[in-house]
Amino acid sequence: MDTTFVLLSIAKIAVVWGGVLTGAAILVLAERRISAWIQNRLGPNRVGPFGLLQSAADVVKLLFKEDIVPTAANRFVHDFAPMISITVALTTFAVIPFGDTIEAFGQNVKLIVADVNIGMLYILALTGIGVYGITLAGWSSNNKYSLLGGLRSSAQLISYELSMGLSIIGVIMISGTLRLDEVVMHQTAPLAHSMQKLPSWLQWLIPVAGWLPSWNVFFQPIGFITFVVASFAETNRLPFDLPEAEPELVGGYHTEYTGMKFGLFFLSEYANMITSSALITTLFLGGWHLPFAESWGLSPFALSLVKIGTFFVKVTILVVFYIIVRWTLPRFRYDQLMRLGWKVMLPLSIANILATGLLLLWWS
Amino acid sequence: MTIESILFYVLSAGAVGSALFVVSRRNPVVAALWLIFNFFCLAGLYLSLHAQFIAVIQIIVYAGAIMVLFLFVIMLLNLGDERRLVEGVTPRKVVGGILSIAVLVELWYVFLGTPSIQHAALGNRATEIGTVEHIGAQLFTKFLLPFEVTSLLLTAAIVGAIVLAKRKLD
Amino acid sequence: MIESYIPIFIMIVGAMGFAVVMGKMNEFVGPKRPSEEKLSTYESGMEPVRSARERFSVKFYMVAMLFIVFDIEVVFLYPWAVSYKLLGTPGFITMFVFIAVLLVGYFYVWRKGALEWD
Repeated sequence: MDTTFVLLSIAKIAVVWGGVLTGAAILVLAERRISAWIQNRLGPNRVGPFGLLQSAADVVKLLFKEDIVPTAANRFVHDFAPMISITVALTTFAVIPFGDTIEAFGQNVKLIVADVNIGMLYILALTGIGVYGITLAGWSSNNKYSLLGGLRSSAQLISYELSMGLSIIGVIMISGTLRLDEVVMHQTAPLAHSMQKLPSWLQWLIPVAGWLPSWNVFFQPIGFITFVVASFAETNRLPFDLPEAEPELVGGYHTEYTGMKFGLFFLSEYANMITSSALITTLFLGGWHLPFAESWGLSPFALSLVKIGTFFVKVTILVVFYIIVRWTLPRFRYDQLMRLGWKVMLPLSIANILATGLLLLWWS
Repeated sequence: MTIESILFYVLSAGAVGSALFVVSRRNPVVAALWLIFNFFCLAGLYLSLHAQFIAVIQIIVYAGAIMVLFLFVIMLLNLGDERRLVEGVTPRKVVGGILSIAVLVELWYVFLGTPSIQHAALGNRATEIGTVEHIGAQLFTKFLLPFEVTSLLLTAAIVGAIVLAKRKLD
Repeated sequence: MIESYIPIFIMIVGAMGFAVVMGKMNEFVGPKRPSEEKLSTYESGMEPVRSARERFSVKFYMVAMLFIVFDIEVVFLYPWAVSYKLLGTPGFITMFVFIAVLLVGYFYVWRKGALEWD
């Protein structure tokens, strides 16, 4: 372990956190502006040009609020719950590659915070821990709305965590690794490469679709859909925002939270949105890979920047998709939500694994 | 001291300390939180032994799944009110205390009686053995039968849970 | 090997620091004007009736129990998926039998109505 390695890691962490936190601040504003646009309103437009400084003003306001902990609450757990949520939200990004490699300080630096052997399991583990933030917030407030919201939410999170874990299996079977950077590398070959083995009556597809990149979404359409649905449920976004469900549960698990402790729950929701969009991009949409970018004859450094930009654009598109879905779809009822999770998503993702297994056997 | 031994002492101290908190906290939810912290320390210890897969499984299964059930049960039984749980010195506590001291003495005896725990280390192969790839290759060939039997065990657990809860469900 | 985890440790420690500073900030910089009304539990403006910590549906417990079982299945699937190309057809049959046995339990749960919420 040398000092350069530690310094580089800290630099990468700073880049990731800078991106995620700034992104979350912009997203809060974007969400409010887009929702206003969908509902034919104006939205916040007074603080700074186009309301750009609204989020900064919100943070300052939240920081100087009074910290109210109800007498009936358990103070230690009440303080601790939002900290769990934000810690999980800020550390999940560690294993997601946000670019290929870049020349810096005379080294070829991999653009991933922690290049570990168990990448995807790390994400699954953190998703599991994230449940505690909401459960404990609900329990510790000693408020009926909070407890119900927290309980419903934890049951929802663990149910969809299963489908999420299961829908990644197909991708792992194809790429044979848990490292997310290798998963991206595996998606960079043109599709024609793996189409050679198609039976003769399907050979005509090669000139039609062969130029496409071999992104996992083409091999794992069902896995992609179940993963996206599960990600929506894991981030508590509509149509899965039962834990908050304003009309019936007031604020759900964060009813009794004020100031920055509430802000941390809010921040982690948006940070989780960015992280799960990044994860969808990495697993199914080719990560930083931009087809034909290699043939433009750019310098290695410019090419690295293009790749980072590609990743950024893909994540942005998914995040906007998240927002539009929230303001377009109605909310599920709780029984519908659990039925979807246990009776549709779970069997579907298991069937997807078995189908992928059979196809891979036939392919080789 | 190498970085491994520093890690070992920090993580062990964390594990022992949090275990003490688990048994000494009156509020069961807080005790459960310390147990989760304890699992994290254990996962760190596994990691320092190069057992990456076991380390992450410790967090996914124990901290992420089993402890959620624990919390649900604590909340379901409404054990949050700690005053109900206070009890004085009972014969049970005395016997329990004597037995724990006996186990401690026994462990100490075994520990001192084993001359070369360090020499049993796997050396350089440890890094390779702990990876997911290696575990997958071994589990589904050499240890196939135990693996398949696990599915029966899990099915039995499902059926057991239903039978226990069935009266409430009907 | 352990070196590759150092960035994760740094990240976790940093995130915890951020969480504690942000979560505790209001206690130091915010105003403190507590009153009995303000510190009472919110119940849509009514006087709170009894404690919130009542017993709740056993179904939540059922979901957690089922989650553990299937989570262990998922955990077994990961090493299998990583080495799937090496394991080949025997690997597929192995996992098929494993999943089939678990699905028996799954359909038992389904038939018993434990997945119904009303």
